[in-house]
Amino acid sequence: MTTITRRALGLLTAASFTALAATGVLAQEKRVIAVSIPAATHGWTGGVVYHAEQAEKEIEAAFPNIDVIVKTSPSATAQVSALEDLAAAQTLDALVILPFTSEELTGPVEQVKAAGTFIAVVDRGLTDPAIQDLYVAGDNIAVGANTAKWLAEQLGNEGNVVVLRGIPTVIDDERIQGFTEVIEGTNIEILDIQYANWNQDEAFTLMQDYLAKYPQIDAVWANDDDMLLGVLEAIRESGRTEIKYALGGNGMKDVIEMVMAGDAMTPISTPYPPSMIKSAIYMVAGQFTGQAPMRGSFKLDAPLITPENAEQFYFPDSPF
Amino acid sequence: MTAAVASQSAGPRRIRWADMGPFIALAVVVLAGVMINSSFLSGTNIANVVTRSAFVAIIAVGATFVISSGGLDLSVGSMMAFVTGIMILAMNRLEPSMGGYAIVAGAGIGLVVGALCGLLNGLIVTVGKIEPFIATLGTMGIFRALITWMSDGGSIPIERSLREPYRPVYFGDVLGIPVPVILTLVVVLVGAFVLYRTKYGRRCMAAGSNADVARFSGVSVAKVRTTAFVIQGLCVAIAAICYIPRLGAATPTTGQLWELQVITAVVIGGTALRGGKARVWGTVAGALILEVIANLMVLSNMVSEYLVAAVQGVIIILAMLAHRFIK
Repeated sequence: MTTITRRALGLLTAASFTALAATGVLAQEKRVIAVSIPAATHGWTGGVVYHAEQAEKEIEAAFPNIDVIVKTSPSATAQVSALEDLAAAQTLDALVILPFTSEELTGPVEQVKAAGTFIAVVDRGLTDPAIQDLYVAGDNIAVGANTAKWLAEQLGNEGNVVVLRGIPTVIDDERIQGFTEVIEGTNIEILDIQYANWNQDEAFTLMQDYLAKYPQIDAVWANDDDMLLGVLEAIRESGRTEIKYALGGNGMKDVIEMVMAGDAMTPISTPYPPSMIKSAIYMVAGQFTGQAPMRGSFKLDAPLITPENAEQFYFPDSPF
Repeated sequence: MTAAVASQSAGPRRIRWADMGPFIALAVVVLAGVMINSSFLSGTNIANVVTRSAFVAIIAVGATFVISSGGLDLSVGSMMAFVTGIMILAMNRLEPSMGGYAIVAGAGIGLVVGALCGLLNGLIVTVGKIEPFIATLGTMGIFRALITWMSDGGSIPIERSLREPYRPVYFGDVLGIPVPVILTLVVVLVGAFVLYRTKYGRRCMAAGSNADVARFSGVSVAKVRTTAFVIQGLCVAIAAICYIPRLGAATPTTGQLWELQVITAVVIGGTALRGGKARVWGTVAGALILEVIANLMVLSNMVSEYLVAAVQGVIIILAMLAHRFIK
C-alpha cells in the first residue's frame, strides 16, 4: 500500500519538476506552505480537514504568490512518510502540522526545520518545543473547568452528576481533570465516570446503564458532543424527567444548533475548535504577505458558547 | 460431519450438557448481576440490555453460517456502517417523492447492498482463493473508508421527517416485546431452520468440517461458502435496519470492533471456530452474555473504570474454560 502511494508520489514529483522548470521565474517567487494533518476518521478531524481546505482556497484566492498544500495522513507512520515526500518534492517555506503523536513526529519535523522551514505546530505539541516557531492549541482543562463552573452555578453547588469520558488520552485526562477539580470545591457529587470512547453508540448504552443504576441524576456531562447526542437519545427514551442538564463540549454543529435554539437541557457548549488549524495557517501566511511576523505559543480559550455568541462557532457546511 | 455424527452416538446425556454450556454461563452471569445490583433485574434494564444485544445477535447468526462452513468474516462491523450509510442516503433521497414509504424502500436497498457486500467477500474468498481472514480484513478497510468518505469524517443523519415514523423499529414493542428482539427471534428461527433442517445446512457443516471430503461427495464447497457470506451480508443489513432509528445517523465509528464481539458471541455459543459445527441458539446466548457483562461493569462499583476491559476478558475466558470442563 505505502509503496504504491510512494510510487504514485514519485511520478507526481517528476511531473511537478517539469512544471516547475516550465514556469521558471514565476515559480521562484512562490511561497509554499505545507499543511500536514490527520485524515478525517471522526467528527473532529473531519472538521480539521474541512477548515484546512477552506484556508487553502481562501488564501490562494487572496494571495496568488502563496501555494498551500494540504496533505492528510491516516496514521503516524503515514504522516512521517508524507513529511518526507513533501520536503523532497519542493522547498517548503513553512510547515503547519497537527502531529498524530508527539513522540513519533518530533524527529521528522526537526529534519524539515533543518532545511530552514518555518514550523507551526497545532493542537498536539512535539516533545521538544524548541523546534516550533509557532504553537497554536486549545485548552482542554478549560473545556472541563468552564463547563463545571457553569454547571455548579446552575445547580446551586448541589446535586448528583454522571460523567462520560472518551478514549484514554491526554486530551481526555485533561478535560476530566479540569471538570473534577472545579466540582471538588462544591457539594456536587460525581456519581460515576466511565469510558464511552467518544462514540455515540457507546454513550447511548452507557447512559442507559447510568439511568438504570442511579434513581436521581441532576446533570450529565459527556466530554464531547458526539457522545452527548447518544446521551440525549437515552434520556429521551427513558422518560426520566429529573435530569436538568446534559452538556457536551467541542462545539459540534448539531449541538451548536441546539444552543442557538435555546434548548433547555443543553443551553451551552464549550469549544475546542477544529478551526484552530485555519487560524494557524492564516498566521503563517501573514508573514509571507504583509510582513506580520508571529512567534510564540497561543492557547485558545474555551469560552462558553451561549445563544448570544453561538453564531461565531457555527459552521453549517463543515462536517463537524 | 463425521465428528458430529460420532459424538451424537456417544450418548445423549453428555451432548445435552455440552449444548447447555452457553445457557448455563448466561444463567451464572445473570445470577451474578442480581447479586451485584438489585436494579439489574428491573424491567427497563433487562429490556435495554436485551434490545441492545439484538444487533450483535443478528449479525452473529450470519457469522454462525460463515464460521461453521469454514470461513471467517472480519468485515461485518465496517459493512454494517457502510450499509447504514447507503440506507440513510437512499431514504433521504427518496423522502421527497415517497414520504414515509422511503423507509421501506431504503430498507430494501439496504438488503440488496448487504447481500452484494457479502457476495463480494464470498467471491474473493472462493473464486479468488484468498484466506478469508485476509480477504475480509481487506474489505473491512474498504467499507470503513467508504463510510468515512461518504460522511467526510462527520455523520450522515437521517431526514427529520423520517425519524418519527422510523423510531418504533428500535424503540417500539409488540405486546411488550421490543421490536428488535422480535426481529432477532425471526432471524434466529429462520437461521436454525436453514442450518438444521435443510440440505444447505448440512452442506455447510460438511464444507466446514472437511472441505476435501465434502468436495468428493459432490458438494460444491465454493458455492456453499459464497452463499454463507451472502447470508452474512443479509444479516448485517437486517441489523442495520433496526440500528438506524436508534441514533438516526451513520458515522465513521458506527459498528467499530463489532466484528470481534460477533466472533466472540459465536464462539462462546459453542460454534467451532475451525468450522463444521454450528449452534445458532448458543450464538444468541453468547451475544446476551457479552451485553450483560458490559451492563454489569457499569452497574457494579467494584471495577475501576480503567480495568473494565480486563475484567470482561477474564470473564469471557472463564466462560470458555467452564464450557470445556462441562464437556
